[in-house]
Amino acid sequence: MRYLPHSPQDIQHMLQTIGVPDVEHLFRSIPRDQRTERPDDSPGLPECQLRRYLEGLAARNKNFCVSLASAGAPFHAVPKAVETIVGRSEFQTAYTPYQPEVSQGTLQAVFEFQTIVSELMGLDVSNASLYDGASAVGEALLLALRVHKGKRPVVWVSEGLHPHAKEVVRTMLHAFGDVTIQWLPLDPGTGATVLPGAVTADVAAVAVGYPNFLGVIEDIAAVSAAARSAGALSIVSVPDPANLGVLASPGALGADIAVGEGMGLAGTAGMGGPGLGLMAVRDEYVKQMPGRIVGQTVESRGGVGYVLTLATREQHIRREKATSNICSNQALVALAFTVHLSLLGPSGLRDLATLSRNRAMALRRGLLGIPGVRPLVTGPVMNEFALVFPRDAAGLRAHLADNGIFFGVPLARFCPERPEWREAILLAATETACPDDIAHTILLVKDFYREGK
Amino acid sequence: MSTQIHTGLLHREPPIFELSSPGRTGHALPPSEPLDDEGLPAAFLRQGAPLLPELSEVEVVRHFVRLSQWNHCIETGMYPLGSCTMKYNPKINDAMSALAGFTATHPLQEDEHLQGSLELMFQLEGLLCRVSGFHSVTLQPSAGANGEFTGLALIKKAIDVRGEGARRRKVLIPDTAHGTNPASVVLNGFEPVSIVTGPEGVLLPEAVRPHLDDELAAIMVTNPNTLGIFESHLKEIAELVHGAGGYVYMDGANFNAIMGKVRPADLGVDTMHFNLHKTFSTPHGGGGPGAGPVGCTAELAPYLPVPRVLRTNEGSYRLITELPNTIGRVHPYFGNFAILVRAFTYMLENGGAGLSRVTEMAVLNANYVRALLKDTLAVSVDVDTLHEVVFTDRDLKKETHVTTMDVAKRLLDFGFHPPTVYFPLIVPGAFMVEPTETESRVELENFVETVKAIVEEARTDPEKVTSAPHRTGVGRLDETTAARKRILRWTPAKP
Amino acid sequence: MSEYPNNLRYSRTHEWFDPETNRMGISSFAVGHLGDVVEVDLSVDEGDMVDAGDEVGTIESVKTASPIYAPISGKIVAFNEDLADAPELVNDAPYTDGWILEIEPTGSDDMSDLFDATLYSDHCASEE
Repeated sequence: MRYLPHSPQDIQHMLQTIGVPDVEHLFRSIPRDQRTERPDDSPGLPECQLRRYLEGLAARNKNFCVSLASAGAPFHAVPKAVETIVGRSEFQTAYTPYQPEVSQGTLQAVFEFQTIVSELMGLDVSNASLYDGASAVGEALLLALRVHKGKRPVVWVSEGLHPHAKEVVRTMLHAFGDVTIQWLPLDPGTGATVLPGAVTADVAAVAVGYPNFLGVIEDIAAVSAAARSAGALSIVSVPDPANLGVLASPGALGADIAVGEGMGLAGTAGMGGPGLGLMAVRDEYVKQMPGRIVGQTVESRGGVGYVLTLATREQHIRREKATSNICSNQALVALAFTVHLSLLGPSGLRDLATLSRNRAMALRRGLLGIPGVRPLVTGPVMNEFALVFPRDAAGLRAHLADNGIFFGVPLARFCPERPEWREAILLAATETACPDDIAHTILLVKDFYREGK
Repeated sequence: MSTQIHTGLLHREPPIFELSSPGRTGHALPPSEPLDDEGLPAAFLRQGAPLLPELSEVEVVRHFVRLSQWNHCIETGMYPLGSCTMKYNPKINDAMSALAGFTATHPLQEDEHLQGSLELMFQLEGLLCRVSGFHSVTLQPSAGANGEFTGLALIKKAIDVRGEGARRRKVLIPDTAHGTNPASVVLNGFEPVSIVTGPEGVLLPEAVRPHLDDELAAIMVTNPNTLGIFESHLKEIAELVHGAGGYVYMDGANFNAIMGKVRPADLGVDTMHFNLHKTFSTPHGGGGPGAGPVGCTAELAPYLPVPRVLRTNEGSYRLITELPNTIGRVHPYFGNFAILVRAFTYMLENGGAGLSRVTEMAVLNANYVRALLKDTLAVSVDVDTLHEVVFTDRDLKKETHVTTMDVAKRLLDFGFHPPTVYFPLIVPGAFMVEPTETESRVELENFVETVKAIVEEARTDPEKVTSAPHRTGVGRLDETTAARKRILRWTPAKP
Repeated sequence: MSEYPNNLRYSRTHEWFDPETNRMGISSFAVGHLGDVVEVDLSVDEGDMVDAGDEVGTIESVKTASPIYAPISGKIVAFNEDLADAPELVNDAPYTDGWILEIEPTGSDDMSDLFDATLYSDHCASEE
């Protein structure tokens, strides 16, 4: 085996030094009757066969030329330089930076990541990452429950979060126990979250998407003000932080906690992950944050350096009283995010968000010009939107798929029982779609309905 | 502020924001356009750009390459962190996970357009079942701790289904456990109860017996435990726990010590997580992403998170999301998929025989280090160990006042990453070495000679050891100041 | 000669209480085990009633976090506001500037559960 360096002579020498006759002896502490009866002795594959098999598998996924879907997994054009940096052994094959003297590279990069995330979110402090945007919402809700020391056992969560994120949140809070989720409906007309009256005194937090799953830009300022007036925390979930190049930051609109999914900008959205859970909070909540945090400090020779800090929040010190059980996070994905945002800079981020928005609007306008196509909801959108098609949305999507276009995600997939979603498709565009792609798509949709396929 | 060369090839890099100057950019997007703001209320628009650096691609690349050079990594040298399993990460794994067929695929494509990924997940689940003896596996948990949460949630669900949820809330955890264990217990609404490891470093049935009542939900055991010792009574303990109506969770962080030798399901374990980033060679990435798939028995399988991958009679694959008793989703899509591809590649390359050999060599290496070092540093518990060995600074500290932390920091001067220190908590000044199977005999001997030299130095020139490291790019970091002053992001200097 | 001030009373869990000033803090023994204190995080407010042995907060160093217990029963009447910006006072002057809470005792018999300096010294020796 190419990853095992010992020669037979090495092994003999080592066994002699240890004082055992053979390798089997090293396992004598395992009682015989607990050993595997028939060890699996199947052979391995040489690299050429591995390649052939895995390349074959990869080829059996359909790769589209044009993707007009986001639905929580946005695809952005990530420069090759990002992959090059992230692929460096020094970053990829390092452990968690517990020995700061030989981990300053990772630590400083995380410090820069935290700065970028807090800037995007408009809040004071970011952590070093969480698993994904969905579990980040769950962690944010648990944080809010801790802030209120269990005295507020209810959380208000918008129905407009990504359906899968809602399920993750439900799993997490159900397991934790002693908390009630009140789901806030979406207005059937506008698609924006409706608060069922004033926030009550038993509510720890109000959580909404920004934009929400239907692409509608929620009125974060109003939701945050409503939460704040009742002493509840405002949690804002950002499915694609690229949009924050154009949209106001959650913090500027009054959010106390902003979470998000950064994999689109990190370039890891393929197959939905590794994800990148983002979380930023107001300074007063930093001690309740889950996950690792890097801080700047000094070193014994007088220079500036970085360390993992505020670790008494974490499981390895506080055990059952920790703010979370998270240990491994998504460090390398966070690095990709940091490198990409550093390349973009403020103008690049704005351009990227603007192009995504403009392409999406061109697509939306073109499609709405086709007789019978109408918006599902009327609220303001950024680069994602839901349209209702006159008939046979499934046939339409299949037709476009045959032409190499991934034409959004059918909403019926998430809620088959809702009649108004039956022919609705959730579409999005990013800077990766060219104007020609958009025009071609619109033409194909026109043809589909004209020909009455 | 200008970049100053610190020492030789090591460049001191200021925070990237300080390298910025207005008007530069490192992106190559299509030409900019004015914002199409139709229907966008002005109140929703960002006022003022976020503070991001303005740099060309050259400068960004150089900044991060320079930063990278401040890191120790497995490809520069040995990384003998106990319980962390820092083994070599094969290159072919990375190449396979980077195939466009995987990376350019939207996770919400139709099943028929995801057949390759679905088959991969189905096959990987099968391989993990085979090596562990479990009935089913879910690949969704993002890391070991997320796997712990998921496995415990299965147990909680089973107890709820039996109608005992209100009463069965105790989870027994040995005092050698990793901190994630009690934290995961609490996240499931359970109560952790600490139990004491026996004098031989293993859990004894006596420690469990007092807790065998109708409040017992589960026991959570790492096997081999964090002292590197096989929990030889686990099978008997599992029978006791099952007899009392509870379940057995095994923390698979150390599965690499028994892979191919013991199937946890055969010991009576009900559910366990695998750390793909430990046992199955996927990179640690400076802290993640990892992957923490969970295996379980047939009894717990109905509660596994959705989606599940199913093979149809025609040999195609599809996703099942509607399962009546599932705990729900634990990940929005399929877990850390790119990590799953790497682990799958590794398992296929090794085959069952190769994985057993990996285990054997890991245990050989740890025992070789132990044999060579046992007269230099005291072994914490003098019984057989498997893939790692825990030393203690008890004698050294008494004799020289030099501690485990000092030895660890001095190791940095010789190009070695230190072992895990001060864990497990029950060993005073723990110094926990896990060489892994991918270290050569020469490298192991170099490590041992270095530790011996440092221990000798502790006698002759203790100051040299206690003030280490001397040759790293930075000296010891002031963690107290970091916690007191809390500088958690870069801010521009006040004019 | 004991290293623990004679005018104070001490709890088994290493808090001190000064019957003259009604102030409490943690002993130099506990401080020595904690290392550099980075935060004192109180979970009680002024006016709260506590029983002896109740957890009133957490004291944190870089690598540990320990609960602080009320050495006597009573009413919280003040807390040391200087600790927010200068937690190192607990290290530098545990019995004076590093005090943590002022508790107005509800009863006097409480004190009988506390050690005097000599007994406390023995207690610490047994824990070393």
